[in-house]
Amino acid sequence: MGQTLRLKVNGVERIDEVEPRLLLVYYLREVCGLTGTHVGCDTSQCGACTVLLAGAPVKSCNMLALQAEGASLTTIEGLAAPGELHPLQTAFWEQHGLQCGFCTPGFIMAATALLADNPDPSDEEIGRGLEGNLCRCTGYVNIRKAVKAAGEAVRAGAAAPMGG
Amino acid sequence: MAVSQLIGARVQRREDPRLITGRGHFIEDHVLPGLAHMAVVRSPHPHARIVGIDKAAAQSLPGVLAVLTAQDFKAQISGGMPVTPAFAPEKKYVPERFPIAESEVCFQGEPVAVVVATSRALAADAADLVQVEYEPLPAVVDPEAAMVAGSFKAHSDGPDNIGWDMTFAGGDIDAAFAKAEIRVSERILQQRLAPTAIEPRGVMADYSPYDERLTLWLSSQNPHFIRLFVSGAMGLPESHVRVVSPDVGGGFGSKISPYPEDYLVPAASRILSRPVRWIETRTESVMTTIHGRGQVFTAEAAALRDGTLLGLRLTQVLDLGAYHGTFGAFQACACLMSGGVYRWEAISARTVGVLTNKVPTDPYRGAGRPEGTHLCERMVDRVAQELGMDPADLRRKNFAQEFPYVNNFGLTYDSGNYDGTLDRALELVDYPGWRQRQAKAREEGRLIGVGLSTWVEICGFGPSQPTAAATGGIGLVEAAEIRFLPSGSVAAYVGTHAHGQGHDTTFSQIVADTLGVPLAAIEVHHGDTAEGPAFGYGTYGSRSLAVGGMALHQAATVVREKARQLAAHLLEASPDDLDFAQGTFSVRGNPAAHKTVQEVALAAYGGSLPEGMEHGLEAVSYFDPPNFVWPFGAHICVVEVDRDTGAVAIQKYVAVDDCGNVINPMIVEGQLHGGIAQGISQALYEEVVYDQESGQLVTGTMVDYLIPTMNELPVPTLDRTVTPSPTNALGVKGIGEAGTIASSAAVINAICDALSPLGIHHVDMPATPERIWRMIQEAAR
Repeated sequence: MGQTLRLKVNGVERIDEVEPRLLLVYYLREVCGLTGTHVGCDTSQCGACTVLLAGAPVKSCNMLALQAEGASLTTIEGLAAPGELHPLQTAFWEQHGLQCGFCTPGFIMAATALLADNPDPSDEEIGRGLEGNLCRCTGYVNIRKAVKAAGEAVRAGAAAPMGG
Repeated sequence: MAVSQLIGARVQRREDPRLITGRGHFIEDHVLPGLAHMAVVRSPHPHARIVGIDKAAAQSLPGVLAVLTAQDFKAQISGGMPVTPAFAPEKKYVPERFPIAESEVCFQGEPVAVVVATSRALAADAADLVQVEYEPLPAVVDPEAAMVAGSFKAHSDGPDNIGWDMTFAGGDIDAAFAKAEIRVSERILQQRLAPTAIEPRGVMADYSPYDERLTLWLSSQNPHFIRLFVSGAMGLPESHVRVVSPDVGGGFGSKISPYPEDYLVPAASRILSRPVRWIETRTESVMTTIHGRGQVFTAEAAALRDGTLLGLRLTQVLDLGAYHGTFGAFQACACLMSGGVYRWEAISARTVGVLTNKVPTDPYRGAGRPEGTHLCERMVDRVAQELGMDPADLRRKNFAQEFPYVNNFGLTYDSGNYDGTLDRALELVDYPGWRQRQAKAREEGRLIGVGLSTWVEICGFGPSQPTAAATGGIGLVEAAEIRFLPSGSVAAYVGTHAHGQGHDTTFSQIVADTLGVPLAAIEVHHGDTAEGPAFGYGTYGSRSLAVGGMALHQAATVVREKARQLAAHLLEASPDDLDFAQGTFSVRGNPAAHKTVQEVALAAYGGSLPEGMEHGLEAVSYFDPPNFVWPFGAHICVVEVDRDTGAVAIQKYVAVDDCGNVINPMIVEGQLHGGIAQGISQALYEEVVYDQESGQLVTGTMVDYLIPTMNELPVPTLDRTVTPSPTNALGVKGIGEAGTIASSAAVINAICDALSPLGIHHVDMPATPERIWRMIQEAAR
């Protein structure tokens, strides 16, 4: 029943046998053991499952694993080297951009792609970049602040945002 | 003394590093060897008789381990799901609720069978193959229609649909109304809401058949109560059940009460002798996780022409859903809080709980207090409008001023300064400026409105005596334990549960200041019934700091005072002659003679203890608060309504709140941001919709149920005043629900103010463009 899937996840080449119906998010969570990518809605509204595919944000609950054949994926676990933090992770921490933390990986991944394109986004641009992510805890106030702070850090040369 | 080094500081959250790196441990991240997966077969009908269930096709699918129905579970689970007295102790009809339906389904989504299989996808496939034959029955959808004698019944064997019908009498209402110079009345809707934590629910159970132990992992705000309920139903000693509630992705009240799956998953594990897990889908969540609100109020207020409030008479019709929620009657506290921050001669509040064929309602963030506040603040504005009085002036004229203040129902507000928060909010928003801009806009035909909401909240549950009556036995106190380990680090155990509130940080700040140890040496534990004190009371009702934080403070104080005794022995001084500062005991007048608290901790495990002193340095403490706590504040919203489309644009939102002393201002502000967002979202966007004819859920996904993105919400301006609570040593109140309690009224009052030139007095929630556009069209006729 399984089909062969070859791809790169967080810089590591993988070959796995997967069921054709396996969603990318469950491939990441259950086959790769990367549980930082979450499922919140099943219908692509909440964005908790956002990962980067070739640097672009995708909702991994609305993609089959096999559709990622040959791709290079980045998940929240791969955003920074072990023990280090990406500027967005630092900014979410410093700006209190999370409460329960369930939506946070998706926000950070979507914002990573946003800042890679535009490290100095306006309020409107942040709103457009993160319109596919829902948070129920923060009212988004500090998420917005965190994205701005991370943009400043990136512009100051803290580290280049990863793009896949 | 090392007090207030960390208390009051913006300490960055200790829980964040794992969460921002994808290393959190949410329920779906837990797996066990041999884990089987459960899917639930749910009724597609809101009301039907079950004629038969054919399991054969599902059972024959390879990989299916079991197809189980009520028949199977009756041997595993005894009794019905619990219903507490809460604020409506005199119930008329409480339909029995077994976790899975046997002969009649009473809401869409009610479980009728479960499938357990070797994979989640297989379980879902097999669930579709279970053939259930139903005989549909008429669905009861509208609670007001369901109150009428002779209406269809939500349960075919019930006497009627009335769950409770009681009146709270606070003063001589007829005398108050007899003096009235003006009266206003209104009908105010509180739509059903889906709490919508971004993490759905989930349960994993591992029953160990030979030693009869059950471990239950679930996404819960309330693990000890779940252990109490599930152990009882499964016939297990409470001590044989361990409940672990790990990182929880939001609760908002929806993860307090026990759910059918909390019983069905462990029972399935016991039947199969292997671990079983069920993870809720979003559609299951909207369909079967509790809803909040779902109430209709009719109210009449009486006042004098000078603006003096006299009386308030109201009826709350509460849509219970198909069964009483475990804490569903808590929502009747809207009646007790309907007088808000004002002095009334009398209030008479009738509450009627009505059964319908929908998912049960239960506490959702604020639970009764947003409804009470919304009602009160709307009625006060209606009085002001009727009198042509400025709503700020009318409020000031009627504020409770002397504290403690006893309200019409005998509840004692601990402390307050309602003028203080209102004055600051008016200043911050530039109230006179907006009134001028409003007048100018009106000349141009534009619709600008300013809405006030001056609120007070009852929270911090305990005390034990009234809450034991409300839960049916367990008094809501809180327990905490401090263990000073020999090498000087501290383990703190609390019975509350954090799911976004940042307790690891706030509680560490309290312990650090009380014991004089660095933050890094403190580890806060919660969410595992195998650890810490015998019972924990969970997190809801903005109670964690005022009750749990106090329990922790007390336990740490007991430990510190034992350390003082031991330090005195080691220093050959009297305990009374010791100073304690920066974690060091020193002899007054001779600071060279000192012992650090860490040195004392090691000595507590050594061989030189004074006679009569037991070894160790640890303490369990229970805190039973002498009263509730009563945070308060003033919110002001400015809106512009588009006359052509009915769309509402929030121009400014100011919130000045007072939750007593603040441990971590960053976390307090975060709680307000989120709370305000949820209240605004109720005011403008959210509504669970059932088809009025068929009883089918229309808003079953996030496509249909509108959770706002960052583009729909304003950035509020926050400030605070500090009026400590006199009822606890920390002087703290609660802030988790405050924003939600205050904000819907501020938004709707602003919209009504904007629309008042058109003769529109009231707008219901959600104030969607369509609703407002229709009202504008109607008013123009």
